[in-house]
This record gives sequence, structure tokens and C-alpha cells, in this order.
Amino acid sequence: MAHKMQNPIHFTALKTIWIKECTRFLRIWVQTLVPPAITMTLYFIIFGSLIGSRIGEMGGVSYMEFIVPGLIMMSVITNAYSNVASSFFSAKFQRNLEEMLVAPVSNITIILGYVGGGVARALLVAVIVTLVSGFFVDLSIQSFGLILLTVLLTATLFAMGGLLNAMFAKTFDDISIIPTFVLTPLTYLGGVFYSISLLPQFWQTVSQFNPIIYMVNGFRYGFIGVSDIAPAVAITVLLAFNVAFFLLAWWLLKRGTGTRT
Amino acid sequence: MTFALEITGLRKVYRGGLEALKGLDLTVREGDFYALLGPNGAGKSTTIGIISSLVNKTEGQVRVFGYDLDTQINEVKQHIGLVPQEFNFNQFETVLQIVVNQAGYYGVPRDLAKERAKKYLTQLGLWEKRNDRARTLSGGMKRRLMIARALLHEPKLLILDEPTAGVDIELRRSMWDFLTRINKEGVTIILTTHYLEEAEMLCRHIGIIDKGQIIENTTMKSLLSKLNIETFVLDLAPVEKIPAITSATMRVIDDHTLEVDVAKSAGLNSVFSELTEQGCKVLSMRNKANRLEELFVTLVEQGRDRKESVTHGA
Repeated sequence: MAHKMQNPIHFTALKTIWIKECTRFLRIWVQTLVPPAITMTLYFIIFGSLIGSRIGEMGGVSYMEFIVPGLIMMSVITNAYSNVASSFFSAKFQRNLEEMLVAPVSNITIILGYVGGGVARALLVAVIVTLVSGFFVDLSIQSFGLILLTVLLTATLFAMGGLLNAMFAKTFDDISIIPTFVLTPLTYLGGVFYSISLLPQFWQTVSQFNPIIYMVNGFRYGFIGVSDIAPAVAITVLLAFNVAFFLLAWWLLKRGTGTRT
Repeated sequence: MTFALEITGLRKVYRGGLEALKGLDLTVREGDFYALLGPNGAGKSTTIGIISSLVNKTEGQVRVFGYDLDTQINEVKQHIGLVPQEFNFNQFETVLQIVVNQAGYYGVPRDLAKERAKKYLTQLGLWEKRNDRARTLSGGMKRRLMIARALLHEPKLLILDEPTAGVDIELRRSMWDFLTRINKEGVTIILTTHYLEEAEMLCRHIGIIDKGQIIENTTMKSLLSKLNIETFVLDLAPVEKIPAITSATMRVIDDHTLEVDVAKSAGLNSVFSELTEQGCKVLSMRNKANRLEELFVTLVEQGRDRKESVTHGA
């Protein structure tokens, strides 16, 4: 018998996609959860402890305390993006995306399901990296609400970025081009390791166009209460990008770009 | 009369200009077991792709149990179960995960999906394999998994695109039994196949598609009645001289095997009389089982001839 699904968001289908996505990244935890823990431990040891002790204070706190929020955010960005990019592209490549396309699953549900999976992985990695950072620094928290809001909006945004990348990708190479040539430079230049106030005025202005600056700073403000950017501005920029990416993903899926013949 | 499927004026032009469907019309009655046959590239998979909304149509109307594909797509999707030609499940998921997830996409709650999974996986002989990853299954098991997956939301129309390709004879027969059973339980089935014997055994109606158009849409019975010539293979006792037959067309296969084409109206008596007169003893005889294949080839060729004469005439 048919089960009616009239709402734009089909909750049973959404739950199914989300569980499927979480099962996937948990099944391959050695590839998805362990690497960020190891990489971030290395960052903490090298940049935080070894080099950081020579740098002294930044933004009014120790260098280690300064970079921890940025490094957590870096893991969130990378994991949210790569989870959806590789999972959606694999589903497209193996054609098991057709399982959803033949069923009455709305495009919004597909987006929310995949993005939800990417956000779940990003948050789990964020918790792991935060726990690891506990071995190196005593983290203070100024605004838990702001931390949660920034991390959620950032994870959602990059999960949608990964989805868009996977929609356009035709080969596995195509899903590594954006992370290598766009995401990594933007992240490294996004204020993870330094305060943009150290830059000459011209580069400070250029940095304003890097969306990752807003995420890292909003997140850092939640921990240490110091930021290069006002938190309200950071949240507004994040929200605007989220809406834009969502609308683009929805429109492309509706058109069938990269998914239907 | 309720139609499970009504297609009118369906056209598909792919990017690049290839016109795969040229105004295809097709109706399938509720409860039918329908065979869609056609040579490679005829438009079968494009038609199925459009019905199951994996391919966007260029023009035309598709209705499934009265629901319009353009305006009531969710209702259309709910009524269809699709078994595609190629394995398209996630090879790293388990059998149970694949079928339960598929049910979830159709809005079937997880507990009910698990109940149904047990029912259909058991019927298809896969329940013991439920916790195995799909990639470890044999080819035949993978085919059955795709059938189980398509049934979990209990659709009223099951579409199978070459479901028995590469499946051994024993398994093919067990799949035929299963499909016949669910058809009797009320599921309308549309099947594309290259095994014409399969279509003859299972289907009540048949559509032949070629170059994007239906060139024949009739009952299997009336199609087979169009065959007015039957071919028989005769095994002879050793003879000194190959006999000659005038009452039928004869081909010598080897020194003790003949193939004769006999008009249904003529019967076999005269052939036997001639052989007896020439001192030949017939040890055994069998009907050459390619009747439908011959008819299929003839119809496709006739269809092409008709089109060519129309084109040249214009």
C-alpha cells in the first residue's frame, strides 16, 4: 500500500537518508574519524606547543588558546565538505542515487539528508578534536550558544558546498579539485593561525572577502571573547551563504543537473 | 477499464539531437503481465527511465493508474517499483540495509519495512544472506535483491528491465514462478527482455518497440497466431541418399538431420508420406523453439521496410 508523503520534507525518508549517511561514515571510521584526530594532534604539538611558545600571546591569549578554535573549525570545514562530496558522488557514480530519485523523496529532503550526514560527521570530529585539545590547553568558553551556532552554520554551509561539488563532478578527481585549490588556501588564509590585524591594511581588506574569516572569528569569539570580526556580522554572513548555497543546490537538483538524464 | 500505464505521444530528444522516442503510444491494463520487446537501442530503457522519472521527457503524457507524471509525480512514484537493468545498489551495504532504506524513501516506517523485508527476502531466498554485504552476493542473488528492493513499498506496478539477464536457467525459472505469483496477487508487471521464450512463458500482452515507436501492441496469443509457418527438425535413420521433399521447404543440416518449414494449414502428413515413399525412417521430431524470435525479427524488419517506403515516397 502506498504511504502518503505530501509534505515538502518527508520525515521517514529524511531519517532514512540521515541514518544511512551516519552508518557510512561510522563504518569507515578509520578513514573518517581517526585522521582529523591525528592531524590536529600534530598541529597542537608543532604549532601550539613548539612554535607557539616562542610566539607568545595573540589576541590577548596564549598562541595555543588562539589557534585551537581555528583548528577545530578547520576540521569541521574539511569533514563536512568531504563527507557529502564523496558520499553523494559515490551514490551518483554507483547509480544508487537512483534509489532516491525513483522514490517520492523531495529534493529538499535529499539535500537535508545528505547535509545532515555531513553535519553529524563534522560535529563528531569537532568533539573529538576538542577533546584532544584538552590535553594541550584549558579551553575557556565565553558563549556556548555562539560556539554552537557558528559550528552548525559552518558545517551546514560546507556540507552544501560538498553537495554542489559532487553534483557537478564527473570523475573522482573533480571532487578533490575544489578542496585542494580553493578550500585549503582559503582555510589557511582564513585566520586560523593568525589574527588578520597583523596583516597590512590592503590584505586585511582582501581577507574580508574570505568567508572562512567570519566562521573562524565567530567561533573563536565564542571561546575567548576576542575576535577580528563582530560576531553579529559573522553570523549574518554565514546565514547569507547558507541560504544562497541551499537555493542553488535545490535549483540544481530540481533541474536534474548531474543527477537525471 | 483501469489502465496501469497510459503513454501518449511520448518523445525524447537527448542533448546532441538523438531522438530516442518518436511519439510513442502505449497502454497497459491493470493486472496485466506485459512484455516490452525491441532490439538494442530501440527506446525500451528510455521509456522505462521516463516512467520512473530518471529521464526527463521532451514531450507527451504519462499516466500511472490515472495519475499524471507531470502534476502528480509522488503518486506516480508510489505506485511503481523499478528493477533496473544494471545493479545500482550500494555494494558496501548489507542486503537488509538496502531493502529497508529503500522502503524508508517511500515513507514506510522502519519497523514495517523490517517486517516486509523478512517476507520478501524469504520468498526470494535471500533471508539467510540479510547481513551480508551486497558485493559478496552472486549475480543471481543480486538480481533477486533488486526485485525484493522494488517490492518493499508494495507497488501496484512492477517494471523489470531485463531481470533475468545473466541468470542461470534454474534460477530464471524460480524467478518466473515468483513473478507469476505476485502477478496473480494483483501486481501489474511490465518486463523487457531479450529472452523471447521468457516473454512467451510469462506475458499476456506484448509490445514491440523499434526506433522509438511501438510497431506492435497485442496479445501474446494473437501474435503467435500470426505465425503460419512452423519449423520442425527431423532425425532420420541412416540413409544412402538424402531424400527430397516437395511439399515443404527443406534444409539438410547433416546426413541424418533435416529441417522442414511447414505451413500450418498444410500439416505434416504429406512430408511423412514423401519420406516413407523414399524409404526414410523418421526416428524423432521436434519443433524448433524459436517461433517468437522469427516473428520478432520479421515484425521489426517489416516495420523498418514500411518506414523506408514512406520516407522514400515522401
